[in-house]
Amino acid sequence: MNSKLRTLTNEAISSQYFSFFVTVILFLVLYGVGIMTYKGFMRPQVFFNLFIDNSALIIVTIGITFTLLTGGIDLSVGAIVALSCMILASLLQNTGVSVPVAVVAVLVLGIFIGGVQGYLITAFNMQPFIVTLAGMFFCRGLTAVISRETISITNDFYVSIASERIGIFGLGFISIGAVVALCALVVAAVVLKYTKFGRTIFALGGNEVSASLMGLPVFKTKIMVYVISGFCAALGGVVYSWIMLSGYTLHGLGMEMDAIASSVIGGTLLTGGVGFIPGTLFGVLIQGVILTFITFQGTLSAWWTKIVVGALLCIFIIMQALITERKSKLSSKSSIEAAKQ
Amino acid sequence: MENLLLEMRQIDKVFPGVKALSSVDFTLRAGEIHSIMGENGAGKSTLIKVLTGVYPRDGGSIYMEGKAIAPRTPKEAQEVGISTVYQEVNLCANLTVTENIFIGRQPTKHGFIDWKQMNTRAQELLQKLNVDIDVTKTLDHYSVAIQQMIAIARSVDVSAKILILDEPTSSLDEQETQKLFTVIRRLKKQGMGIIFISHFLEQIYDLCEKITILRNGELVGAYDVAKLPRVELIAKMIGKDLSALKDFDKSEEKSVPSAGVFLDAKNISCIGKLNHMDVQIHQGEVMGFAGLLGSGRTETAELLFGINKITAGEILIHGTQMRLDEPMKAMQQKIAFCPEDRKQQGVVGDLSVRENIILALQAKDGIFHHIPLNEQIVIVDDYIKLLNIKVSDREQLIKNLSGGNQQKVIIARWLATNPELLILDEPTRGIDVGTKNEIQKMAVTLAKQKGMAVIFISSELDEMIRTCSKLIVLRDRNKVAEIEGDAISSENVMRAIAGGDA
Repeated sequence: MNSKLRTLTNEAISSQYFSFFVTVILFLVLYGVGIMTYKGFMRPQVFFNLFIDNSALIIVTIGITFTLLTGGIDLSVGAIVALSCMILASLLQNTGVSVPVAVVAVLVLGIFIGGVQGYLITAFNMQPFIVTLAGMFFCRGLTAVISRETISITNDFYVSIASERIGIFGLGFISIGAVVALCALVVAAVVLKYTKFGRTIFALGGNEVSASLMGLPVFKTKIMVYVISGFCAALGGVVYSWIMLSGYTLHGLGMEMDAIASSVIGGTLLTGGVGFIPGTLFGVLIQGVILTFITFQGTLSAWWTKIVVGALLCIFIIMQALITERKSKLSSKSSIEAAKQ
Repeated sequence: MENLLLEMRQIDKVFPGVKALSSVDFTLRAGEIHSIMGENGAGKSTLIKVLTGVYPRDGGSIYMEGKAIAPRTPKEAQEVGISTVYQEVNLCANLTVTENIFIGRQPTKHGFIDWKQMNTRAQELLQKLNVDIDVTKTLDHYSVAIQQMIAIARSVDVSAKILILDEPTSSLDEQETQKLFTVIRRLKKQGMGIIFISHFLEQIYDLCEKITILRNGELVGAYDVAKLPRVELIAKMIGKDLSALKDFDKSEEKSVPSAGVFLDAKNISCIGKLNHMDVQIHQGEVMGFAGLLGSGRTETAELLFGINKITAGEILIHGTQMRLDEPMKAMQQKIAFCPEDRKQQGVVGDLSVRENIILALQAKDGIFHHIPLNEQIVIVDDYIKLLNIKVSDREQLIKNLSGGNQQKVIIARWLATNPELLILDEPTRGIDVGTKNEIQKMAVTLAKQKGMAVIFISSELDEMIRTCSKLIVLRDRNKVAEIEGDAISSENVMRAIAGGDA
């Protein structure tokens, strides 16, 4: 009985989804504690608000997860969010460009920035950290060049999109941004699990040399990952502008770090090759729940979110190290068992 | 001459300064297991890399089933049917077994990957190789042996005609190896051509039908295993004819071991590296470890220096038992080790000759113990003179010295620590003949004059025979003979290396 239980725990720990389960359980526990402590937590709208408030972060996190899966990183996403907001605001306020054209222009720009970064990283074998750090400074700087002041968006059509509320079975409502985020989640999950491109990303993150020896399109895939990250950042920027209705140099400041943290808490390994899109969603939601707590509590500073997230990250990274160690022990054990057969 | 699968004709490959292959022929038939043998630097791996498109060839032609081919990348080689399974398995540990077999060629349904079908096919494929495992688990759940089977399964499924196995058994134990051999034999029956590269003589005689021997980038010949006695194989690899050897290696003077035993290793083992070995080293003795590459020579030296831990047995130094589980402990017992690969493990190119010589002494004393510059200069100048190191001055950067002089600096580094046992692993590789002689003489002189114990490891048999007063012969990670005094001759050593039916 005891040994059976042990094999079961071993199986669970060595499962690819262990981090994900831990994150989900943690989320449920936090939410449960919230419900028990504060009466207002029970309202479904509190849950829906998590999606509304974090829609941009969810999208950005999805993008950054693609780069993390290959063992890379994209530090430029926060700056791209700011640049996107600023360009949208500037186009809508100062020129006669229509809303769809402005949005498409921003998305194309995101793809372009991601493509350039990806090309530099892949073709010249440069460190993703440095290349995207440069990209970050470039985008943030460009944002300030467009305008040092806040530009508010007052375009009627745009404001109506931003304030549109979609009801859910009369329980509450979500915003269009949240719908976009949920769609992005589904698309990303399907791409990563059910397309050759998605699996190549995992192979690349697992072992790049092996991947190329197995004849996989390493070059193309690596560039595409940064294109996706750039696109998601721009899309996140559009959604962010629906929340803020303005363009401002300091929008999305440090968002890349929140995104990386969410992704890691959701089970992505920074060394690449391991990650799970639903996990990243819960990574973001955990941060949201903590913030909600603080709002309900009323007196604590919002910065407590960062402290808790910092502690969580620390715990998760230690947990991942322990899992890796446990796994290598298991594999040597299984080899002995295999030899016995 | 039918069912010729692969013909490589007059392959040339030149690296800057070295002719790695000159006019080498290689022929492989369908349903044949063929080994390529040769000592280090003979050109085995270069030949394989030319075949698999890793290196472009500089001359010659390759025909596959009569058609000329010219693969430029491993992928192109794979497409014409040449697959390689490397020693360090080139798969992705984070993916499932199934994916590792099918990635890049996944079956799809409505444009999406059909996981169900893929898992079933992977299961079937592995069952054909007698491997029954859960294919939905990630690769890192399984041992190297299983991973190798999975790599083979992948190769077979890409419908390979030629399967190259590069040192597949070096990290497998006996049982795993037998399992692998069963699989290889089954593939052979299906008409695949298999190139099997291994350092293990026993395994090659067990498995292969033909052997192609290379030496110094040239073809020695292709032979039927059944008609090639092991002694002859060794002679061809090393490049000495047995009959011509008789009076070749009468030596000059040799060291005379004294009665005092410096180190006594009893029954030491290290899993996967060495099996139950006894070594006794006397003071004032030059001892050699002979054997082919991968036979356990370097591995033994590494165990004595604490680079790897022994998993069984004991080591006595001056009669007291010691645990040498890290190099620092060995250094404190006055053991010094000049590693085989001086470029990677010895020379610090951007430091001066003086700094390189002082390095080991400094490490031994601890980094906080300052050695005054004057003292350093005395030590360094002493050794530069003693070993006749040709430098413009002691502050010259070591990377600007010739290979032989670099080697001398490394030896000086260890001599500066006043060792009682000096281990020289391939000290003469890649250096000119004159310096080679000097280093050989130096080993003998150190033993004679200072009473130092010296372990001398080299792939060049005649140099071992000239230098050592005792030879320990290793084969397949076992000690097979101990030859002393007048019994040391090329013939005896080669017979011992070949063993078995010699």
